[in-house]
Amino acid sequence: MADVNFIVDGKQLTAPAGTLLIEACKSAGIEIPAFCYYPGLSLQAACRMCVVRIEKMPKLQTACTTPVAEGMVVQTETPEIAQARKATLQLLLGNHPLDCPVCDAGGECELQDMTFKYGAADSFYAEPKNHREEQKWSPVVYFDRPRCILCYRCVRMCGEGMDVFALGIQNRGSSSVIAPNVPAQMSPDDLPHVDCEQCGMCIDACPVGALTSGTYRYKTRPWEMNHVATVCTHCGDGCKTTLGVRSTSDGSEIVRGDNRDKSGINGDFLCNKGRYAFDFANHEGRITQPLVRQTNGEFKSVSWEVALDLVGKKFRELRDTRGGKSIGVIGGNRLTNEEAYLLQKFARTVLGTNNIDHHRTADYVSFAQALAGQTNRTASLRDTLTAPSVLIVGGDPTIQAPGTAWNLRTNVRLNRAKLYIANSEPIKLRRQAKAFVQLSPFGYSALTSYLAGDDASASSAASDATGLSAFRDVVKSEENLLILIGSELRGADLRKLIAFGLTLPGAKFALLSDYANSRGAADMGLLPDMLPGYNPVGSSSPLATEYTANTTSGSLAPGLDMLEIFDAAGKGDLSALYVVNSNPVARYGVDAAALKNTFVVVQEMFLTETAALADVILPAANLYEKAGSVTNSYGDLQQVKKAGDRAGVRTDFEMIVRIADKMGTNMRALVPFGKGLRADMGQTRGAQSGEADRHSIWLTAQNLEPRLSPFDPLAILDEIQRLVPGYNILRLQLLSGNDQHLSPAAPAELVQITTRRDLVLPANDSLFTSGTLGRYSTMLSDLQHNESLRPSSLLTQIQTAAD
Amino acid sequence: MSTVANSIFSPELAARFDHLVTIYPLRRSALVPMLLYAQDELGYVSDAAVAEIAERIEILELDVRNVLSYYSMLRTKPAGKYNVQVCTNISCMLRGGYEILDHCKKTLGVGHKETAPDGVFSLEEVECIGACCWAPAMQINYDFHDDLTPEKVDVLFQMYRDGQGKDVK
Repeated sequence: MADVNFIVDGKQLTAPAGTLLIEACKSAGIEIPAFCYYPGLSLQAACRMCVVRIEKMPKLQTACTTPVAEGMVVQTETPEIAQARKATLQLLLGNHPLDCPVCDAGGECELQDMTFKYGAADSFYAEPKNHREEQKWSPVVYFDRPRCILCYRCVRMCGEGMDVFALGIQNRGSSSVIAPNVPAQMSPDDLPHVDCEQCGMCIDACPVGALTSGTYRYKTRPWEMNHVATVCTHCGDGCKTTLGVRSTSDGSEIVRGDNRDKSGINGDFLCNKGRYAFDFANHEGRITQPLVRQTNGEFKSVSWEVALDLVGKKFRELRDTRGGKSIGVIGGNRLTNEEAYLLQKFARTVLGTNNIDHHRTADYVSFAQALAGQTNRTASLRDTLTAPSVLIVGGDPTIQAPGTAWNLRTNVRLNRAKLYIANSEPIKLRRQAKAFVQLSPFGYSALTSYLAGDDASASSAASDATGLSAFRDVVKSEENLLILIGSELRGADLRKLIAFGLTLPGAKFALLSDYANSRGAADMGLLPDMLPGYNPVGSSSPLATEYTANTTSGSLAPGLDMLEIFDAAGKGDLSALYVVNSNPVARYGVDAAALKNTFVVVQEMFLTETAALADVILPAANLYEKAGSVTNSYGDLQQVKKAGDRAGVRTDFEMIVRIADKMGTNMRALVPFGKGLRADMGQTRGAQSGEADRHSIWLTAQNLEPRLSPFDPLAILDEIQRLVPGYNILRLQLLSGNDQHLSPAAPAELVQITTRRDLVLPANDSLFTSGTLGRYSTMLSDLQHNESLRPSSLLTQIQTAAD
Repeated sequence: MSTVANSIFSPELAARFDHLVTIYPLRRSALVPMLLYAQDELGYVSDAAVAEIAERIEILELDVRNVLSYYSMLRTKPAGKYNVQVCTNISCMLRGGYEILDHCKKTLGVGHKETAPDGVFSLEEVECIGACCWAPAMQINYDFHDDLTPEKVDVLFQMYRDGQGKDVK
């Protein structure tokens, strides 16, 4: 829209017509206070804090509802305005308790800040305050009614933002109250409750301490914590979560998770897992000492030195006697990129095996192959907020990727994006969709054929043939379509869908997976047939050449995948199994007896089903206790920072390095650190004997210093950047905590479409589960229990009164 | 969609509701009249009524409760057979409205928004009922009584107790 010129506080400003005065002022660095205004939500004008004087208007006007106009002259801070705001505060404080010293919001409360600024400490109101007892609406949402200033932010956030509509406003005037959707008389315990997605966005939006979080309330004060912005460990969206940490006697404890500065890829949003499910770190079952199985079958705590010695010696012995091919390695979905890369490099160059896999939650290999040679065809999570039209095939973002769902809802609400959904289930996002096609069970394959032009497959795709035909027509007419693909689509179906999408101009793709670094695990080559960057094992890519040069046992053939590893174990062909941060025994229902003749080393936080079968358990740090980078399902790389700390545990990175060291590995070949010897010219690390040190040359060319420590994940990040196609990382962007979009597609000339098994096993997590890790989060168990108390919600079936 | 199986309302009212939701540009505009009619039939707006109205209008029960709780004329608890509503707004106040209210409280033995144990009368103090010309005034169910004195009130109550009062709906 055309720009208009106006004057605020004597400053000449310009903003697009239609901009709200409060937003225009914010952009110009002029703060107008407001309680009820929240960017992106509907306007309320309930709090009257944002009043300003506009020339030629008879009364003070609310800046949050006034669009800027040509020639407007505005005053935002005059004695008259200060008096009006002070009067508003006095009215708000009429019923507000003075419990700031114990209130959770104390120190980061908007009402407190405004009272300090405008000085409404004295009040003319002598009436007694309207006190009510606090209410526990759910294990995570508590409501302190007297603190509420009735700004309606929570009501709008829940309705418009989350599309849940669990909060309403009841009664009238000064006795108005925010009410949850399960009233006391309808509840088994005669107390009001919320039946909702428990995201905690209402708590986030609350400008005061009326809504507080079950995990954090009364635990500490905001200024007593350090705040570390890192990436959530749970789903594949990779939202930024700010963890509040406090020192304890054995490390530092995470006491709060929230979306403090809203600077992350997730914008305003954070779901219940990012907000509350950090408590697994403090679970009583946490292993904090290395455990070695004794001859009597029991675990005994040993020192780190003893445990690592044993693992190193045993791995070396088994490699040398039974060969690297007899060893299996399984990595996790919550490792950092650096750890995943190091683990596969360790497996391939130190253990000498390609028997490496992870729990695959989406078929990224086919995705990367289908997009080989394409540029600008992969979508970032940020695109879900701006794309003019979006097609979702499969998946249920509301449950599996709440951040994606939030962005899509926001995009539909604010930008009128067109949403098209094809799913075999009536997923909740269909409420925002322009067109929804309910597919027959297992109808995805038929749908991809139908989209590609095979009319005969219409009947097996969906029962509504006319709807399906209209759906295809409208999708085909879209430009710059964003195509979100659920993990139901794999292999040939996935390639067919992408091939169809590539015929649409400007279409972009994303494949949704389940955990913080599921994408990274695939990108980093935790796969038996793919090296990092989807370079096929045995190919002649630069990366493969370097690996082969370092490989003792010339493992040029693809290794065993997850299932084959356990088959081999059952047949007695597996000498050792090295499991890093994964629980395959539970996930794949492995028979415990299969592993009885295998030397099993497990790096884990808890005594999981897999750890219970181990010979050595090495206590591991979780993603909140380490530094590195992760890649979300869209391919957005973000930095992970160390927040919590627990005495006794080690990061997976450190353990891999130390095991390699105990095996007598040339450490500089595994982790490129330090400078070569003075006379060496770097050959000690070179791919070929006598060749110059490629890494060192690359570092010099990039103007980077060699890393000093083998435990520095940045040393591996350097190598990832050097070798993995698509990981051309911007350091400044990464290290300042921002996200950057990467498109690691398979090298086009190396793509060979084979009939490989995709082995995708979706995690099927609900809003309140998160794989094995989720079991150890008390808050998630409480929420599951809470959810089981009431019948399944009718939320998705009912239209709401709110516009 | 508007018809509901196993309606808790009488067939006549159910039919009326079926029609009501069709006559507004937005279905939810039928909410307030529905609540009033439901209260007239049931004596109050029960949880079951809230559920059925939400179903009929296709909104959330929470939305119904939000509106229901806003209006003081809508009740969520049963009132007496005859609901006595005494006006104490300015005209009635000047002409003795509080005297009438106090008299009612004493005679019926109940306070504001309370129901006598026998369930015949309930009492409510209300704002202006639009009978200022004949203040003080009260409304018993939908029937108006004006120019009141405590004596006249006693006569009225006896009349209703004897079953001779009008029961206007």
